[in-house]
Amino acid sequence: MKTDHLIHALALDSQIQSPPVKRVLAVAAVPALAIALGLYFSLLGLRPHLIALLGEPRISFKIALCLLLAVLSGPLVLRLARPGAEVRRPALLLFIPVALLAVSIMAEAATVPEVLWGQRLIGSNAAFCLKSIPLLALAPLAGVLIALRHGAPTRPGLAGAVAGLLSGAIGAALYATHCPDDSPFFVATWYTLGVAIVTAVGAIAGWRLLRW
Amino acid sequence: MRASDREKEWASLMRAAIAGNAAAYQNLLTQLTPVLRKAARRGLAQAGMADTDAEDVVQETLLAIHLKRQSFEPEAPFGPWLWTIARHKLVDALRRRGRRINLPIDDFVEVLANEDFEPSMIVADVDRHLDGLPAGQRNVVKIIAVDGGSIDEAATKLTMTKGAVRVALHRGLASLAAKLR
Repeated sequence: MKTDHLIHALALDSQIQSPPVKRVLAVAAVPALAIALGLYFSLLGLRPHLIALLGEPRISFKIALCLLLAVLSGPLVLRLARPGAEVRRPALLLFIPVALLAVSIMAEAATVPEVLWGQRLIGSNAAFCLKSIPLLALAPLAGVLIALRHGAPTRPGLAGAVAGLLSGAIGAALYATHCPDDSPFFVATWYTLGVAIVTAVGAIAGWRLLRW
Repeated sequence: MRASDREKEWASLMRAAIAGNAAAYQNLLTQLTPVLRKAARRGLAQAGMADTDAEDVVQETLLAIHLKRQSFEPEAPFGPWLWTIARHKLVDALRRRGRRINLPIDDFVEVLANEDFEPSMIVADVDRHLDGLPAGQRNVVKIIAVDGGSIDEAATKLTMTKGAVRVALHRGLASLAAKLR
């Protein structure tokens, strides 16, 4: 095949274009979130008196923290799908939720008597938390990976991992509105582990599915 | 022309191409080819590989640019987008040839800043994969991409509608790229 003829063929094919990642993501988000919410309401459901409880700082903090993680990892995953895009700044922003979590742990340690630490850490629902976050994250992860296939991630494993982080954060935010364990000790341990599982699954899936 | 001006021109050609201007697109790819060729030769030489493979790398990169062009953000600079793809496809090609090598991106910037023109050559790698395509796609890709025929010619020769030829061409190019992963 001559390169000139290949160019001629590519130009003739210029009318058919795959849609940009952002648009696919916007479309895929609808069924993905619908499935996650369906699972949430059929298997978990809102914590009783949640609205009244939002005044309790531990509860609003854990929900806000998960939402912040989702909001920060979204732009990063979009940039990872664009060759040559600057990713350092959005990646560094991910330290904000990490730092906030560290501060909340210190605040908890300062205000809760040491004898209660173990109980706060183990909580009442650790195993359920570990199952629920990945389960709720599954459909969002599929949606983000489908969208990324329309992009051009030159680091497929990393792009998949951040897709997992975003989906894990969505799953964790949903789970946070159900979970009765509010201590930052619990969140830092079990939520982090749940999100890490989804991130690892995303990395493996990305490495396999996002190469081009 | 300064490198930055040239990249601005490429970016505007790409914007026109994404808006559906096929002539601008062909112009862009024609301008990119010698730059990509030089970069491919240099990259292969650095990895200790024969630069007879350079044209393969060029064609694979052009295919990747084509299939991933919607990942170019209209407001973003063109250079980083282009050489990230070029480097990605070169690393791919080296990996398939059994070599892993760390290519500093600076080399690409430097090479892309001073291209020269060389005639296009006939290569084997892409052609070999052509035979693995489904017959419908292969026939269309052969008439248009190998022999340089038009959509109309392919439609007449294969007694297909022009729409079907376009679809087969698109799918054929996409499966060709998939085989080169």
